[in-house]
Amino acid sequence: MSNAMVKFRKAVLSRSTRRALTSLLVFVLLWELGSRSKAWFGVAMPWVGNIPAPSAVLAAWSKLVGDLGYWQSWYMSTLRVLAGFIAAMLIGIPLGLMMAVSRTFNDITFPTFEVLRPIPPLAWVPASILFWPTQELSITFVTFLGAFFTVVINVVGGAKSIDIRYFQSAQAMGASQWDIFRRIVLPGTLPSIVVGASVGMGITWNVVVAAEMISGGGGGQSGGSGGGLGYFIWNSYVGGSYEQIVVGMISIGIAGYLCSEGLRRAGILFTPWLRSR
Amino acid sequence: MMDAPSASLQRPRRPTHAASQGAIRIEDVVKIYDPEGAAVMAVDHCSLDIAAGEICMIVGPSGCGKTTLLNAIAGFHSITSGSIYLDGEMLCGPGRPQAAPGADRIVVFQNGALFPWKTNLENVAFGPIMQGKMKPREAYEKARDVMADAGLSGTEHSFPGEISSGVRRRVEIVRALMNQPKVLLFDEPYRALDSLTKSVMHEALLEIYYKNKVTIFFITHDLEEAIFLGHKLAIMTTRPCRPKKILEIDIPHPRDYSALTSPRFRELMEETADAVHEEARKAFELGEKEG
Repeated sequence: MSNAMVKFRKAVLSRSTRRALTSLLVFVLLWELGSRSKAWFGVAMPWVGNIPAPSAVLAAWSKLVGDLGYWQSWYMSTLRVLAGFIAAMLIGIPLGLMMAVSRTFNDITFPTFEVLRPIPPLAWVPASILFWPTQELSITFVTFLGAFFTVVINVVGGAKSIDIRYFQSAQAMGASQWDIFRRIVLPGTLPSIVVGASVGMGITWNVVVAAEMISGGGGGQSGGSGGGLGYFIWNSYVGGSYEQIVVGMISIGIAGYLCSEGLRRAGILFTPWLRSR
Repeated sequence: MMDAPSASLQRPRRPTHAASQGAIRIEDVVKIYDPEGAAVMAVDHCSLDIAAGEICMIVGPSGCGKTTLLNAIAGFHSITSGSIYLDGEMLCGPGRPQAAPGADRIVVFQNGALFPWKTNLENVAFGPIMQGKMKPREAYEKARDVMADAGLSGTEHSFPGEISSGVRRRVEIVRALMNQPKVLLFDEPYRALDSLTKSVMHEALLEIYYKNKVTIFFITHDLEEAIFLGHKLAIMTTRPCRPKKILEIDIPHPRDYSALTSPRFRELMEETADAVHEEARKAFELGEKEG
């Protein structure tokens, strides 16, 4: 217990923690100063002068904390991100592995893949609305696309860059084709899968918010609350409550950070041999 | 019983490397890369006999084509003509340009090929499990014993990336020996090591060799290393690769570090240094022309 306390105190007082806190504090202070410049100094600072001050944002936020609709926005966006992301991993990893392992499969699928890949996920929004029966599925599909291509490209690249010596020595030691796939290709690709996943997760948050704004929020039951954080921001803008826009933005920042952090930890768990580097 | 040091280059009797298996016969091997386009001859009518249990050192400048020869024996690459035999059985030759890789010929690579995602113990146990010779539990037990024998206790559960490069080489040799190979093929395994670590590695390798009499096909560009370790020395010409000079090294085994300062060692260095230097210069000039 005391050991944990020491560890905790060390982490809190460590130099990089202090720097992180200082960085955040200075940022918030400058922002507050900029936002209040009109009232305090008579001159509005460019850009920041028209943005609600952090104190006002905090006040708006504290009101929202008790609002179920706000949390439902979180829930909906997170759900869409996770659904799209997991679907992208489930389909993207096997597809990427097959493209890396089989020349024939690669020759057949790669051209189509490469034509579709440069299309921005948001360009899919109208088509997606036509494809899918519900708006919910449309948004999730666009989210899926955001992560899918990145995951596949990373898996293919990772599997192809495995050192040929590993294959040669495994083969010499009597490994079968299946053994080589399971014991060389899979673990050899894992680091790239982790990279693809974290990059893909970032894109997923970008995409879901934009998709929610464009499509008007999807199937919410109680007013706009089913629309997710993207719709929450858009709705606040339309309704003129500028503090809520910032609350929505920060919420997305926090949600994205939590997802990345979770993935980073999962990545360390899955690739223990990279821990010491 | 040991050979008395003799000044002659007569074929010495081989009491110290009497293994029953692992004789390699390389017969008139030619390797031409890209036979259709700009044909580059990497190996030119190369013939070489390596007795069972012999340490044969292949010396030549970097890029001279000696690794091509190693890859042909291991079965990683094909040959254009000629043939290679292991204990009288054809590995590759007419009608079969590429040998099948097998556990009887294990390569120890230049930069090591331990699987980074497996612990050292899992690496060492890999071969027997894959070949179905042992159940995993049995293989891990054996691997632990073998590692302890080689002074590698305590590194079992580390990953290869967590141990020093010298220790990594030893783990890799132990992993190779777990397959009970007839031949170990070394592709400049100590190239990246500093000279002090290298000398320790040499003694460790000989120690392992004295316990496990396997044939060793060892590629290097380090003449001192070659004379210290080998029974036989084949100095290769540079691209295309072919033996320029083959000689027996009549310093008695078992050897230790003191062999490096013996008069016979000096003599052999003098006898061979010119030939090696000449090829190194040729390789350098070739590189200048291409670069």
